[in-house]
This record gives sequence, C-alpha cells and structure tokens, in this order.
Amino acid sequence: MARPARYACRPASVGGARLNAELALISALNGASYGLLLFMLSSGLTLIFSMMGVLNFAHASFYMLGAYCGYQISQWLGFWPGLVLAPLSVGVCGAAVERYGLRALHTRGPVAELLFTFGLSFVIVELVQMLWGRPPVAYRLPPELDGSLFTVYSVEFPRARGFVMLVAGLILGALALMLRYSRIGMIIQAALSHSKTVETLGHDVPRIHMLVFGGGAALAGLAGAVGGALTVTEPNMGAQIGAILFVVVVVGGMGSLAGAFFASLAIGELDAFAKVIDRSPADLAAALGAPIDPANPLYGLWSLTLSQAAPVLPFLLLVVVLLVRPRGLLGKREDR
Amino acid sequence: MVRFAFVRLVAGLLAGCIAAGALAQTTVRVAFIDPLSGLMGPVGNNGLHTWQFVAELANRENWAPGVRFEIVPFDNKLSAQESLNDLKAAIDQDIHYVVQGNGTSVARALIGGISKHNERNPGKEVVFLNYAAVDPDLTNGECTFWHFRWDANSDMKMEGLTNYLAKQKDVHRVYLINQDYAFGHQVQRAAREDLVRKRPDIEIVGDDLHPLAKVTDFSQYVAKMKATNADTVITGNWGSDLSLLIKAARDAGLNANFYTYYAGTTGVPTQMGAAGAERVRMIYIWQPNIENFSGENLVKEFKSHYNEDFAVMAAYDALRGLAGAIRKAGSVEPVRVAYALEGLRFHAYNGDIEVRASDHQVQQPLYISSWQKVDGVKVKYDQENTGYGWSRETTIASDAAALPTTCQMERPARPK
Repeated sequence: MARPARYACRPASVGGARLNAELALISALNGASYGLLLFMLSSGLTLIFSMMGVLNFAHASFYMLGAYCGYQISQWLGFWPGLVLAPLSVGVCGAAVERYGLRALHTRGPVAELLFTFGLSFVIVELVQMLWGRPPVAYRLPPELDGSLFTVYSVEFPRARGFVMLVAGLILGALALMLRYSRIGMIIQAALSHSKTVETLGHDVPRIHMLVFGGGAALAGLAGAVGGALTVTEPNMGAQIGAILFVVVVVGGMGSLAGAFFASLAIGELDAFAKVIDRSPADLAAALGAPIDPANPLYGLWSLTLSQAAPVLPFLLLVVVLLVRPRGLLGKREDR
Repeated sequence: MVRFAFVRLVAGLLAGCIAAGALAQTTVRVAFIDPLSGLMGPVGNNGLHTWQFVAELANRENWAPGVRFEIVPFDNKLSAQESLNDLKAAIDQDIHYVVQGNGTSVARALIGGISKHNERNPGKEVVFLNYAAVDPDLTNGECTFWHFRWDANSDMKMEGLTNYLAKQKDVHRVYLINQDYAFGHQVQRAAREDLVRKRPDIEIVGDDLHPLAKVTDFSQYVAKMKATNADTVITGNWGSDLSLLIKAARDAGLNANFYTYYAGTTGVPTQMGAAGAERVRMIYIWQPNIENFSGENLVKEFKSHYNEDFAVMAAYDALRGLAGAIRKAGSVEPVRVAYALEGLRFHAYNGDIEVRASDHQVQQPLYISSWQKVDGVKVKYDQENTGYGWSRETTIASDAAALPTTCQMERPARPK
C-alpha cells in the first residue's frame, strides 16, 4: 500500500487570510514595531561604520549581551532599573572594547579591525553561555505591560509592542536631536567627514570614537533589553538578528543614518506583510488565466506562497540591492 | 628488577579483580542525543533530566539485575548533521544504545547512520529508542529493525484528536499551523485527510508552515488567524514554537480553541496560564491526572529534584522496556535485546503497553485532555506552578488507537 505523497507545500484549495483593512493595519503596526527595534540596532552599527570605517561584527552580540544584562539586573532590582542599567553597562563594555582593542588595531587597517570584532562576537557568545547557560533564560516584561493597548477592529494591539515603539521612538528622536543640534553632535558629525580638521582644532578624535562606539553598543544593549524580554533571551538571539542587521545596513546604504531608518522600517514591514500573504506565483498565474500545470517539475517552486518565503525575502532584497544599487538607498557613492 | 616484577604482579591482580567484578555488574551506557541549547534547549533538558531520573530509579530498584544504566548526554543543537557526529562519538565510546526524541529530521538521520553502522559492524550493533519523534513513516515505509518508537505516531494522534474534534459542534473554521519539516507536513496532511473524512462541513481557513525553532514572534500568524475568523487551531508545534505561538495568541486576544500534540512540553504551560483555560487540548500517551495513576512518588520526587514537571512518560516506558528486554534476553547484546523487545508487554503508569513486533511501534492508550484550573478531583496536579493542569476528557484504548502498518522489516539472523 503506497502512502499518499506529502504536501511539500500548501495545497491550492486553501483560501488563507484575505488582506483586508484590518489585517493590513495590524500588520503595519507589527511591522513598525519590529522595524523600530531593528533601527535601534542598525543606527549604532551605521554610525560606527561611518565614523570609524569598521563593520562591527560584534554589534549583534552587544544586543544579546543587553538582553542578558537586562535579565540579570531585573532579577536583582526589577525590570525598570534593568532597562536603564543594562544599556549603560553594555555601553561601558563597548567603550572598553574600542579603547583597549580597536584603537590598538586602528593602524593595521580595517581588515584587522573587522577580524577583531568577528572574533569578539564568538567570545561574547561563549562567555554568555558560561555565565548563564545554553538554554533560554526567563526574562519577561513586567506585568504592567501585559494586556492590550488598543483594539484595531477586533485585534488587540499588545501594550508590550506599543512600549517597544515608544522606547525606540524616544531614544531615536533624542539621538537625532543630539546629533543635529548639540555641540557634541556637531563635533561627531564633523569628525565623520573631516576627522583631521577636527583633530587640528583641538578635539580628541580617539575619544570621540570611543564615545560613538560605546553609544552604539549602548543602543544595541537597549534594543536587547527590550527585544529579549519581548521575545526570547538565548545565546543565539544575536546571530539570528545579526544577519538581518547587515541586510538593513547594506540596503539603507553603509553609513547613512536616514538610510538605516528607512531600510529598518521597510524590512519590518516586508516581513510582516509577507507573512500574511498566502498567495503564490501559481495563484497569480491562475488568476491571469494561465494556470501552471501541477505536473510541471517546477510547480513546487511556483506554488510557494509569499508567507512561506518570508524568512528568505530580506536576503533576496540584499542580493537585488547589491546588484542594482550597490551603494544602497541613501548611501554615499564610494569614490574614496 | 624485583621491584618492577612486584608492580606488575599487583597490577595484574588488580586487573583480574576488576574483570571479575565486571561479570557480576555491567553498566549499560545510553547516549542521549537531543538539543540542550538554543530555543528548544528547555525541552531537551527536561528530556535529559527525565532519562537521568528514570535511570537512577532503574538502578535503585534493580529493574535489570546486575545492570546499571548510565545516561551520556550529547547536545545535537537540533541539527541532523551534528547528531551524526554525536552518534559517531557515542559509537567510539563503545555505546550501543541511543535515545532521541526531538525532531523527526534528527531521528531519520540517526536511523540512517545506525543502519549503515550496524550493516558494517556485525557484533557491535546500536539500538535506537525513539521517545518522541513521531513521523509515521519511521514505522511504516522506512521502518528498520534497530528503531523502536515509544510515543504514538502522528497519524495515531491525529486520528484520535479528529474523532474527538468531530463531535464538537462548535467547530466550523479550522486553521492549521505547523513546522516546516517532515513532522509538520505529516500533521498537516493527516489533519486535512481526517477532517474531510469525518467532518466535511468544516472549512480549513488557513494552513501555515513556518521554519522550525527559528520564529520568535508569531504575532503575524495570529493576526491571520483572527482575519480568517478561525474558531479552532490544530497544530503539531512543540517547545518554543508552541509556547511563543500561544503567547502571541494571548497578547492579541485570539478567541479560538487549540488542539495540540505538545501543549505539555516545557514552557508551554507557563504561557497558557489562566488565558488558556478550557481553550487548549492535548493528546498524549499520558498526563498526571489520568484515572488510576499510581506514580505519585515519581511525579513528586522529580519535581522536588529538578523543580520541573515530569512530562515525558515515553522515556520512563522506554527504559522499563529496555530493562525488561535485557532481563528476558539474559544479555545486554543489542541484537538479543532488540529481539527480546519485539512483542514485549508490560503494565506501565499509562496503561498496558505492547511493543508491536511488526513495525516496532509501541501500542498503548492515548489520552485527550483539556487545560483546566486545579480542582483536586479531576485535576490534582498543576503544571509549571500555574495552578492549572490537564483534565482528562477521553481515553482512547490501545486497540482503538492502533493503526495498520506497511512496514516490511528486514531482520538480522536471530542469535542462538
């Protein structure tokens, strides 16, 4: 008796969800909250890159470290102190890494620095596993953030997600204001493009590098302290988000803060909307009156729905952007 | 010179003593290959604790006289490739019994590796006790002599679950969500086939497959469930893929009932809490609130030892079975023990058990339970200190749960 073939993919008879206003709105909100979390990470990464020319491979490890610090401090003092202290401790770690690691390597060029951060990311993961073990830890948002913030038609939007958006919005607003209007912001901006001149004017550029690196790490730590509590805190969380992070930075344009912002939101929304669209190229062909024969050897590929392909879409976007517009959305042309 | 000879004499005597001792007392080492890190780490660790606890019990109670069991853990990170390396390491350490449960993908790889090894190394065979990987193919078209499955397979569970579901008049719109690998596909296929047969009026309004043990945010899947007005969700998800799904469903206020295989796995009860009351059902070979459960000490001692719930009864049954087969065979040689396991029957905490010889699928009763507040009568034990636990809804007797098999097993020569 032969067993029936397995469904390698969704049978065509399923209706799936219809993308109506309600689903679109909740998807937009979920996508925005994920996108903002990504921006907390990518803003630091892109700032560090534009200032120091270092693609920091350990950035996502600072995210993971932030989650674990947040967890540990929440065990001792509660969630809210953890939310403040975790990013600060990660920021101090970041500054120390710059001061005692990267600075010494700066004269050896970007490859040495890149390899250094690459190695560092593994060291951080191993240290975290030694300290807190390999399985996830029970790090949760406080009960005040349980429940729903508001209801969109019939879907409740969780307070926790609203909180993530609020934190991200506040921090990033403050960052933008600081960079644009404060004195230190102006010096950082100047050091981005004319570091020699800034140095000649008597500013301590290495110290600015340390501040930027520490600040970027602190932002990643904050994202971790929030994101870890919202989802899962485990040693691999950095590796998972790290891959997406590089997509954001490349798509947005290396070194462009505004580019990183748009790319973060775009990838958040892409992920959210792709997951709810249960339509495949085969469905589209059928709707256009040219159905694909199920006996076609590539039918399995054509009948793959967008929701099933969702995990791979960011990387597809990365490849396409690199081919079509290598400098990304808002990246500067590399004529150096 | 004299001194050297003396040392040799003493060493020889010592070695002789050790060899004599080994005859009276054998240690059977059992390789435990499952994820101990990552998202599925908690489930794997709970499994490991169960095996270690049961092995200790077996040694204390002398389940197989003269035989001590020792569990040797390997972290396979839920990867088939990693598991084959672990298997090789275990074989290099002269281990002949392997246990695994999390992930049919891993089980399939192990069966392949073990079959190949056994073919090439007669006399040094390895036997695989599978305590939770439930792809039906492993005891049908892909069955082997070396594999024994102690949990009920996915088709048996879906048959029972849909028989029960078919009687629920309020089920009209069903949403399927499963992990995108062999096991999830099996659940998806069986659910569709069974529903069409038993309740053709039910509409399947959604059918999702998502990556295994990678998703940390299920809110978009839940948004789809809401958008399709699903009143029932059927899922084979386990571990973090179920606990995070239920967390997202709770956060979004999804008003649907869940029919699951694995709501008893580590981490899921905590997420269900009060919000899951009367909403979540589970089918498994056991839960602590079944009628006439006599293993009070087992559950309590495990909890006080590890501060976790005893959940994986299949591990207990598998070691009981292994010890019984060793007793029956009068040997710890894998081929003899595997033959002795065939047709073995015993009474366990979850009912009468038979290791079916034709396909090595263990036959046993199944229980469907619902998530309810502890009331001291139907629900005595809670899960993960939530104050809620499993209330038995229905029992499916062993013969009713049985399904035919297509297995045509090749057996090695029976040792004399």
